[in-house]
Amino acid sequence: MSNAYKLLIILVSGFFLAACASKPPAEGTGDIVAEPVEGTAGANSTGLDGEDSGSGSGLDGDSADILSQRIIYFDYDSSSLTDESTAVVQAHANHLVESPEVDIILEGHADERGTREYNLALGEERAKSVADLLQALGVGDGRIQTISYGEERPASLGSDESAWGLNRRVELLY
Amino acid sequence: MSNREKPRGRCTGFLVILVPIWLGCSFPALSSVLTIEVKKGTTAGIPIAIVPFKLYDGVPEEYQPADIIDSDLGLSGRFESVPRDTFLSTPSDLESVQYKDWRLIKSEALVVGKVFHLGNDQYEIRFRLIDVFRETQLAGQKFIATTKQLRQFSHRISNIIYEKLTGIEGAFDTKIAYVKIADVKVQGEPASKRYLLQVADADGWNPKTVLESPRAILSPAWSPDGNRLAYVSFEKGRSMIFLQDIWSGKRSSIAGFRGLNSAPSWSPDGKKLALTLSRDGNPDIYIFDVGTSALRRLTRSTAIDTEPAWSPDGKSIVFTSGRSGAPQLYQIAASGGPVKRLTFDGKYNAGASFSPDGESIVLITDQGNGHKVGIYSTRERTIRVLTSSQLDESPSFSPNGEIIIYATQKSGRKLLATVSIDGQVQQTLKFQAGSVREPAWSPFKRKL
Repeated sequence: MSNAYKLLIILVSGFFLAACASKPPAEGTGDIVAEPVEGTAGANSTGLDGEDSGSGSGLDGDSADILSQRIIYFDYDSSSLTDESTAVVQAHANHLVESPEVDIILEGHADERGTREYNLALGEERAKSVADLLQALGVGDGRIQTISYGEERPASLGSDESAWGLNRRVELLY
Repeated sequence: MSNREKPRGRCTGFLVILVPIWLGCSFPALSSVLTIEVKKGTTAGIPIAIVPFKLYDGVPEEYQPADIIDSDLGLSGRFESVPRDTFLSTPSDLESVQYKDWRLIKSEALVVGKVFHLGNDQYEIRFRLIDVFRETQLAGQKFIATTKQLRQFSHRISNIIYEKLTGIEGAFDTKIAYVKIADVKVQGEPASKRYLLQVADADGWNPKTVLESPRAILSPAWSPDGNRLAYVSFEKGRSMIFLQDIWSGKRSSIAGFRGLNSAPSWSPDGKKLALTLSRDGNPDIYIFDVGTSALRRLTRSTAIDTEPAWSPDGKSIVFTSGRSGAPQLYQIAASGGPVKRLTFDGKYNAGASFSPDGESIVLITDQGNGHKVGIYSTRERTIRVLTSSQLDESPSFSPNGEIIIYATQKSGRKLLATVSIDGQVQQTLKFQAGSVREPAWSPFKRKL
């Protein structure tokens, strides 16, 4: 594998880690939520280690890489999955089908614009878009839980397009 | 003088009755939680001179009813306070009023008064509202109050003045509920971020926390009798709807279904709540019967339906739906039936709340330059934008329909603001610490 590609992977993974880590620590993360969030961070760092060891895995279809993407981003006021995020959700669906003991929590979020209640519904719709695709790909309904936090738990504070883009998301926690 | 005295006679019934359940008030609450910042002055209001009340021996110096009345009347945009440094005299009773002193400074109305200490924890407040041009008294009353009641009685005086001069019932002695986020120190542990559901006087004084949680609290909604709040709490890790008696603190969960449980809105008779649930798929509006806990599904769309708002006549519900591709307001009969789209102007119209007369709906609208407070006229079917900020949320009317309270952001801080219905007077309620959002104005305080 080329060094440039490795660097890219590290940068991209680092970006997602940073997106997780930038969550305000005093957000009041509750018991139910705290554990899956910890789990996510652990999974991400495993992915990074594997990459660093230089195993030379292929460019395409490297499910370990794609599975490290645990955040799906959305356009403003939209709950539609892009082709790119559809591929990510598909990879997670394959993994979950192969690991029937694992349950998944989908946390839906919105940016701060508009009303809190509409954003709560929007977060739910986003989580549901991901849930629907997982189900269509064979993940049992009983293994999927959706929670919307609307605009209550921003990944990035700030009131500009870059912060809003990071906040319109679904986090896959398992 | 625009004196439209209506023979409603509400104000004379007040006298010294104070509903004892408003325990939140405490005076002197010198550690004021907020300062009010006037953003835009009014120019077309009734000129009124409010003379500082004469305080007799034993009355706390901090207690100055004139300041409270001045601040109350300033909110509506219907009055223009004549500056005190222009006063030529400072009467405290009718006999000592020199009318020419007030005509000279173009004051149409005059408020004078005094406060006596009666011994123990009892004070007597006397005030008179005077028509300068007719040289007559329009209202005059005395109240007996304890220290804790002094602010409340000043708000009562504001109500009487407001009603005498505008013909509209005053709402200055009502309450607001809101959610505050603050770092709270728990003994032996470092400060942590907490969500506080608070109830305070309408001017932000005397806040009292009715619920504290490490997780988000949203959408407080007053029951029509002013005794209960419905709200959304994430205390169990996901959205659930609770009902809480604000006096006893007794609470119960009424909706904790799979998915979303949110946006409670009371029916005008207090017997039902409209809710948003996603238990059958995506967010739809349901009607919950408070007495029987029966649940009825009201809307069925594949898009988001949320933020139900009950019309004051109880017949219909206005809600936000994404069914057209972007949030817009729609209306449906409370008993169900066809859905009618209300708003077409702007790419975002959401968060509806009715005026008490049902003729206006306050909402959050984006006409292409940010999310602002607007008023939709049910007759003209048009939207009038009231604010110039960018990230406004959660607007609701005062119970007399004169003022709108909403949440906004200023320099990155989340705070509450009010705007008069003509958009002329905007004020910011600046809380000392923490971020404040989700305001909801209580109904009128009805006498028991």
